[in-house]
Amino acid sequence: MAKYAFFLGCIAPLRYPGVEKSTRVVCERLGVELVDLEDASCCPAPGVIRAFSKATWLAAAARNLALAEAKGLPIVTICNGCYGSLFEAAHELNHNPEELAKVNKILKEIGMEYKGTTKVYHFAEVLYKDVGIAKIKEKITNPLDYKVAAFYGCHFLKPSSIKELDDPENAHVLDDLVEATGAKSMPRKQKMLCCGAGGGLKAAFGDVAKEFTKTNLENMQASGAQYIVDICPFCQMQFDTVQGDLGYKIPVLHLCQLYGIAMGMSEAELGLSAHVVPVKL
Amino acid sequence: MCFQCGTCTAGCPSGRRTSYRVRKLMRMAQLGLKDEIVNSDELWECSTCYTCVERCPRQVPIVDVVVALRNIAVSEGHIRANHKVTATNFYKSGHTVQINDKIKAQRKSIGLPEVPPTVLSNKDAMAQLDKILKATGFNKIVE
Ligand code: SF4
Ligand code: SF4
Repeated sequence: MAKYAFFLGCIAPLRYPGVEKSTRVVCERLGVELVDLEDASCCPAPGVIRAFSKATWLAAAARNLALAEAKGLPIVTICNGCYGSLFEAAHELNHNPEELAKVNKILKEIGMEYKGTTKVYHFAEVLYKDVGIAKIKEKITNPLDYKVAAFYGCHFLKPSSIKELDDPENAHVLDDLVEATGAKSMPRKQKMLCCGAGGGLKAAFGDVAKEFTKTNLENMQASGAQYIVDICPFCQMQFDTVQGDLGYKIPVLHLCQLYGIAMGMSEAELGLSAHVVPVKL
Repeated sequence: MCFQCGTCTAGCPSGRRTSYRVRKLMRMAQLGLKDEIVNSDELWECSTCYTCVERCPRQVPIVDVVVALRNIAVSEGHIRANHKVTATNFYKSGHTVQINDKIKAQRKSIGLPEVPPTVLSNKDAMAQLDKILKATGFNKIVE
């Protein structure tokens, strides 16, 4: 099984530490070796930092990519935002020598160079393709009978022209990953609708972002889901923090936390006290 | 290039909820209506969900266009207060959100190091990032 440089990002380590912890434990149980990508920064966030300055976004992302390159490892992320940023930056730099040269001029000032070789993966992709559903099922010690709303988020599958992971209008990867725990992924309307938080929309117009989330919550509730399972701490934060205002209380879990439960991790280890909507096991 | 079919607007979740019309924005960009664009709220109503990009029959890189327009707006000083907070967090700590004592305690209680092994744990790494942010002009956005 492959070894990956573990990219933490911002929201997981600094808002939902249970997501970081459960990822470490679950990957260990599944035989995926995570090596900390020390000294990394924010990816930087694609919707905001890239929107402010693409040059800054690309150079700071290149520094993160170069840190992994120096370790000779591909990157794995646990956040769609980080995946979006690092994947797109790598796509640009690994295929465009002119852009790479420009960025390297900047990296030279800090004694670094990026050669353009780092590959970037989303952990859900690693679980699905590298580990595989069969092996995951073997490691489930505490099968779950939950009804789940699987939430893909936008930047996992899109833009599909470069990501090529699954059909972005009719995806199944996350549903399969959820169902490997014994849980049932409930069909619902408008499943691929954005949570609303991305692109700086949450910060600029929180009420508009909330309207996106509200439609999602209505459809999730109507589907009979008891839990929301995401693969992005940023979507997680949006669902977790605005539900109360909207009169909903569906607990929100990152897929690694769902796996943690299905592998018998304790409530404390899963960091559930960080959640606004109470998660009771 | 964009032939104004409106497919993007039809699927845009933001357009459903606000006055933002992505087809109109693409047209305004083609017409070079820079001042109107950089002064508009609508420019910041896109959540970069990529639904439009997936469906555009002409493969217009719509989100890239939105990002480029936002870069112009920001370089001319159009940045919202909350976005400035995010930018400042990144500039100061290398992360878009800040660490605090509560998080440190929580991390420790579940067996993680109090401070994650990122730029937050290494002053030299933060100094490197700082140089990059200055070299690419990010300091001008924050200050
Ligand atoms: S950007 Fe694409 S989808 Fe939108 S109006 Fe133009 S051609 Fe149609
Ligand atoms: S990326 Fe922006 S413009 Fe395109 S559909 Fe999503 S919110 Fe609308």
